[in-house]
Amino acid sequence: MRIKSTLENYVFVLPAVLIFSIFYIIPFLWVFQLGLYEWDGILPTKIFVGLNNFKEIFSADPSWWQAMGNAGYITVIALVFQNILAFLLAWACDREIRSKNFYRVIFFIPPILSEMVVGMAWKFIINDIDGANIINRTLISVGLPQLAHNWLSDPQTALTTVAIVHCWKGFGWGFLIFLAGLQTIPRELYEAARVDGANAWQSFKKVTIPLMIPVIVLVAILTVLGTMQAFVLIIGLVGGEFAGHTSVPVLRILASMRGSSRFGYACAQGITFGVVLVAISFIQYRFSKKAKA
Amino acid sequence: MLSKKLWWGVLSVLFFSFLCGCAPKQDSGKTTLTIWHWMTDRQAAFDQLAKKYEAASGVKINFELYAPSDAYSQKVRAAAQGETLPDIFGILGEKRDFSSFIKAGHILDLTPFMSEQEGQWKKKFFAKALAVNEFNEGNSYGIKTGFYGVPIDVMTIEMVYNKDLFKELGLNPQNPPKNFKDFIEIGKIIKQAGKQGLVSGWGEVWMVDCLANNYAFNIMGKDKVLATIRGEVPYTDPDWIMVLDLFKQMRESGVLANGIVTMVNKTAEQLFANGKAVFAFNGSWCVNVYKGMNPSLNYGAMLPPQASDKYPMTIWGGAGSSFMVNARSKHTQEAVKFLRWMTDNEQQAYLADATQNLPANKECLKNISKILAQFADDVELTTHPNTWGVSEFPAVIEALDKGIQSIIIGEKSPEQVATDVQKIKVRELAKKRA
Repeated sequence: MRIKSTLENYVFVLPAVLIFSIFYIIPFLWVFQLGLYEWDGILPTKIFVGLNNFKEIFSADPSWWQAMGNAGYITVIALVFQNILAFLLAWACDREIRSKNFYRVIFFIPPILSEMVVGMAWKFIINDIDGANIINRTLISVGLPQLAHNWLSDPQTALTTVAIVHCWKGFGWGFLIFLAGLQTIPRELYEAARVDGANAWQSFKKVTIPLMIPVIVLVAILTVLGTMQAFVLIIGLVGGEFAGHTSVPVLRILASMRGSSRFGYACAQGITFGVVLVAISFIQYRFSKKAKA
Repeated sequence: MLSKKLWWGVLSVLFFSFLCGCAPKQDSGKTTLTIWHWMTDRQAAFDQLAKKYEAASGVKINFELYAPSDAYSQKVRAAAQGETLPDIFGILGEKRDFSSFIKAGHILDLTPFMSEQEGQWKKKFFAKALAVNEFNEGNSYGIKTGFYGVPIDVMTIEMVYNKDLFKELGLNPQNPPKNFKDFIEIGKIIKQAGKQGLVSGWGEVWMVDCLANNYAFNIMGKDKVLATIRGEVPYTDPDWIMVLDLFKQMRESGVLANGIVTMVNKTAEQLFANGKAVFAFNGSWCVNVYKGMNPSLNYGAMLPPQASDKYPMTIWGGAGSSFMVNARSKHTQEAVKFLRWMTDNEQQAYLADATQNLPANKECLKNISKILAQFADDVELTTHPNTWGVSEFPAVIEALDKGIQSIIIGEKSPEQVATDVQKIKVRELAKKRA
């Protein structure tokens, strides 16, 4: 009877296990296996190269690490500015302000727009090709002509500009999650703090922040994962890697697949990138546990 | 209990219906050829040809469009792995990729068909267009000598200039710059007038590579360029530095439009079509694009201005798009027959008129537009990496293209770029030898 019941249970989970295996586990293992081969993606024969692809990533591919550095830079900017902005706006909308539902809708529009559309639209706003640049015109009109230049075609400002547009595009997600988190904090805690003589800043510091730490960690992990993998926006804004200044890991993986026809190497890059992302997420998780304790 | 049985019954019926749905369609007796392509601007014209062919032969043709080209390319590769390629398809990529498809047995050798009736079919094409689909004796890819694709159209990549803006700048619209020195001088005039000079999709880099190669052929000749690819001449050679220096000169003169290094070709086409740029570096497909964007645009085609008198100016060109026959298709004979029909004079003339692309069939040039005829005049000056028999390492091409971008933004000198590229070349050669 017990065996029958156990078998029944397995039968129930079998479809999910099958789907998960076919669409997640097997492709993952296949990618790992391909990472050990030199293969052009067309020929049926693959040449086994062992860990050479991984060795090449670590010892002979500076453009990969430059791309990782660029993605890291955008991520740091997003972690700090995008999330602070999202948190402050969520905090403001959580209070009794007029038209707060309107703001909620407005703030959530950028994330639902296509990255390519956002890239093209911002390119029109930022890039000075035919004098139609809104930012530069504004700078000139407010008496700061020395600051007007090609924001996306200047290696000094291209990546930061990409990061700012990415923050604009992505802060709505953080805003929504922060807002949901803030709404779970019991109002009585604020009442109690006020009765105990706490001012607004003290309430924020002693009530809001500690209770929001799990949400902050979640948003931080999502920001890291989302930003490190960004690439469509970059194509929309600068057309590609722009002399390496805006190259990011996903663009490098695509270059290995499409430009060099090195599918095995691209898989090895993908695995390396995945390991880095898992490691960062794990560190963030450990950090949050420590902070909670 | 009854309901349980009923439930199982319904589930079984659904399951078997699902399996039946996966079965291939019953053959209605009519041959159907499926063709995959990526050319969004040509789908309507292709559909018209398909209708005409079906009416004439009874063979149904399905032109299936998959765009953008990157997505198409991935689809073809995936289909090759899954042995699900259609009867006819095109390959986007380098000759190396083309050769891999042949080695994997996906592409039919068309040489016997091309040679039939004393090579009547072969003779219809521009030799340059056919060359892209040809593997010569002793080719470095190890492919049996022959033709493996049918060119549908040809293209040349050169420069176009806005005649109205030329007049506005006090220049003669009938006399575009022939040499690089004049081009640079015009750049200075453009800069002074506050106009935008040359636009092109150099953010996508392959077009930078194209212009650099044009000048490499002009300055050092084909043999030396190919010797460089074979690793016999370093990129630090003075001739290569001279090629790179041209980009520095272009930057300094102001002939390049603002933001050209991050410009995609679509933006460049919009700027030129709207009369906001004096020059554009673009392919002959631009005729159709400009016509769609601004039918009254007054422009002419010109070769990139010569930087040296040592060798003639050579531009990239040849087959614009080609179709290959799936060697494993059940309908190889019908597929070849259709491609033969599609490249006949009447169909080629129709395609040239409907899509404003240069026909691959050289007998159909009589009725093409004046501007297209200017591009056609330069077909004999074309070359293409796919016809060279040797391929440069992708990592080296990437380093060269990115290096040129660095020169344009004033970040690196031509000498620095040459050194960087040569380092990568040495690394790749060592890897190959290992």
